[in-house]
Amino acid sequence: MKNKIYLSVVIIFLIFCFVIFYNGLNSSNIYTPKINTKQKLPIFEAKDFYSNKSISSEELFKEDIFYIVNIWASWCVPCRKEHKFLMELSKSENVKIIGLNYKDNLNNAKKFINELGNPYSKNLTDKNGFLSIEFGAYGVPETFIINKNKTIVKKFIGPINKKTLNQIMQIIK
Amino acid sequence: MRILKTFLLVVLFINIANANTDIKDENLNNKILKNIRCLVCQGQSVYDSESEFSSTIKLLVKKKINEGKSEKQIYEFLRKRYGDWVIFEPKLNKNTYILWILPLLLFLLGGAIIRKKFK
Repeated sequence: MKNKIYLSVVIIFLIFCFVIFYNGLNSSNIYTPKINTKQKLPIFEAKDFYSNKSISSEELFKEDIFYIVNIWASWCVPCRKEHKFLMELSKSENVKIIGLNYKDNLNNAKKFINELGNPYSKNLTDKNGFLSIEFGAYGVPETFIINKNKTIVKKFIGPINKKTLNQIMQIIK
Repeated sequence: MRILKTFLLVVLFINIANANTDIKDENLNNKILKNIRCLVCQGQSVYDSESEFSSTIKLLVKKKINEGKSEKQIYEFLRKRYGDWVIFEPKLNKNTYILWILPLLLFLLGGAIIRKKFK
């Protein structure tokens, strides 16, 4: 009788392990970051890209519209590719784009903007990358959509393309 | 001469005290960095990685320690932004109950079996 109980406990345990490992086989082993979690806009103070004056997040996001925060750098090749889509996006009146210049040389960054155009209503410098961490960013380029309630409602990791541009247009419409 | 001696002793003590704090901070810094996952690498901690993401986190952790933030506060800051995954040691919550309790249960079960055998 005792042996039977032991045996059933062992069998149940083995089945339990099998189910867990079998499920593990099906799930992807590549980590995909959470990109849809709604997160409150961080409160921060940053330096303006052109004037080097301090500006607070309250001042930056004071209007009752959608905002897009785009993390970019002149040394980032994909940023060059996505720039035309940001230029297109900047034509919309429903949204303002805030640029976050990540760990960049100021002169190179200015050249980049002069060459490709300025889609940003405001550009901030993020010399040491701390500001990007406040947003929960992984690197460049990255784009965050902030709704009227000042909540990050969507996050795009990597460059914006035609497809993501359409998605953004749908959200901000 | 006596004043000079006292002055030198005071300077020496201050330096020793500072060195001790620096070593403590350095140890805490390394401990935290070893427990943070580099999210853009494969299976590496921030401590081991030289990626752009890791170098920013390294600077940030150093800054937070200098500001007097505790280990727990630093983890909480990162958890809020990157989720539980960013910390190697998972927090005890409804998703990780089994993870934390199962080894304990197995240990108790094993202990019970051994006790029965030797009784």
